[in-house]
Amino acid sequence: MTSVAAAAAGRRQRVLGVVGILGFLLTWELVALSGTVSRTYLPTASTTLLRLGRELTTPGFWAILADTVITWSAGLAIAVVAAVALGTVVGLVPFLERATHSSVEFLRPIPSVAIIPLAVLVAGLSREAALMVVVYAPFWQVFVQVLHGVADVDPVARDTARSYGLGRLHRLRHLVLPTALPYVITGVRLAASIALVLTITAELVIGNPGLGRQIELYRSAPDAPGLYALVLVTGGLGILVNLAARAAERRLLHWHPSVRREAAL
Amino acid sequence: MADTTHEKPSETRSGALLSVRDLGKTYAVGSGEVEAIRSISFDVRAGELVCIVGPSGCGKTTLLKCLSGLLAPTAGSVALDGQTVLAPPKKMAVVFQEYGRSLYPWLSVQDNVGLPLKARGVPRGERDDTVRAALEEVGLGHALTAFPWQLSGGMQQRVAIARAIAYEPEVLVMDEPFAAVDAQTRADLEDLVRRVWQDLGVTVLFVTHDIDESVYLGERVLVLSSSPTVVQEDLSVDLPAERDQISTRALPQFTELRTHVHEQIQRAKRGDRAGLPA
Ligand SMILES: Nc1ncnc2c1ncn2[C@@H]1O[C@H](COP(=O)(O)OP(=O)(O)O)[C@@H](O)[C@H]1O
Ligand SMILES: [Mg+2]
Repeated sequence: MTSVAAAAAGRRQRVLGVVGILGFLLTWELVALSGTVSRTYLPTASTTLLRLGRELTTPGFWAILADTVITWSAGLAIAVVAAVALGTVVGLVPFLERATHSSVEFLRPIPSVAIIPLAVLVAGLSREAALMVVVYAPFWQVFVQVLHGVADVDPVARDTARSYGLGRLHRLRHLVLPTALPYVITGVRLAASIALVLTITAELVIGNPGLGRQIELYRSAPDAPGLYALVLVTGGLGILVNLAARAAERRLLHWHPSVRREAAL
Repeated sequence: MADTTHEKPSETRSGALLSVRDLGKTYAVGSGEVEAIRSISFDVRAGELVCIVGPSGCGKTTLLKCLSGLLAPTAGSVALDGQTVLAPPKKMAVVFQEYGRSLYPWLSVQDNVGLPLKARGVPRGERDDTVRAALEEVGLGHALTAFPWQLSGGMQQRVAIARAIAYEPEVLVMDEPFAAVDAQTRADLEDLVRRVWQDLGVTVLFVTHDIDESVYLGERVLVLSSSPTVVQEDLSVDLPAERDQISTRALPQFTELRTHVHEQIQRAKRGDRAGLPA
């Protein structure tokens, strides 16, 4: 009964979503056709979609997309691995936690974009410089989540581990890390979106190969339909990243109350 | 499993397996102090089933944490097999009151039960056999791959008991394990504890605030006073070894014993202390 109702609600939401997108494209088309904005700056939706279709059939586009995806995923992976390793150590050693607290509070809010000149100074106009920018904010995002997660171990669960003779490594592997996992995954989901924004930004500003640089090239050409088509691609990429992160969350946290409730619906 | 436990004569010279001497625990709270336990002394011989009964907040959990090496006492000492307890002893398994927090939701039932064995380095095959046997002992042989949160409260506490059994302890310590389950389930679990005690020959320390439960289960009942806590009375229970929820509870001795324990607790509340040293 409820699952039928939920399925119907899901269907209605999907239909609404499609209607929304069609409405948006139609409005875009009409505004562009009305000529209030020059075609040089605002191509019609149909021109843009045709152009997007053409991009999708050229190998060059896929190479550029691959560049962006590689920079993004490498940056995110470095940030997550480093943040989990360092966060676990700092979170488990009260002395380190106190010693690093004020530095973390100072470094964390520095916008990644402000790191760009520094990165270029250190690594030149290169993919390495872009990686430094992509790693920075996602690292702090996950690091802080790991600290919270590691501190959240239930006292009864900890007493259980101690009384049943679990050593340090077994406690880490079977108690501390699983407790921190929901925090880490939330951090990674947010970090994945931030890393994508930073990847595109770095490509725009530093000029390392990828969608960001291609957007800038189309702007200077000028090639408005190409530029708009690639902006749509970045949006699509963002949606894919978010969907993938949600799916991973549901798989890894199948035991967690938040996911259990969802599954019970 | 049962045989090896039976064959191990672990009595010390004094005959006590577990020895609690002048145990006191005062918590430091902010700038002040809370005296949870004033002074508790008792001995438990190997193979005994002792119930510890006392009103809520009298320090039962504190006492168990000190016994099991999870908490350092502020006075006195605990010895197991003649050795002072300073850290959780390998020979002791604890069943906690909060089963929902004591079982790990990310592990299946069999992984929860097997985790302490894994940590001890028991090889895979042997571990699986021990885990299955322990779960069958508590009537959960069918739930190996379930997750704890898919089970009822009573079943979760059975899993926790299976984990303790699989650990093959000499002393099984239980902290109000059935306080949060319904009456029928509770009766079944009480009988399970007596059966485990008889089958495995372990020494059992069972803490409860329920007077009837303490008399029904125990071979001996330690009555604690209210806080600051001392042993109000050490009572031997002369009920038949085979107990039955209906007939045992209807026996005149049962009624006498529970009335007696009840009066002791009332006396303790009035501050009429039996065991208090001068
Ligand atoms: N960690 C703690 N810090 C301070 N006081 C505590 C702590 N744990 C228990 N107490 C206090 O000690 C007393 C005994 O608590 P507890 O051992 O949990 O009793 P019981 O298990 O018999 O209900 C209570 O007054 C309680 O408030
Ligand atoms: Mg308690």
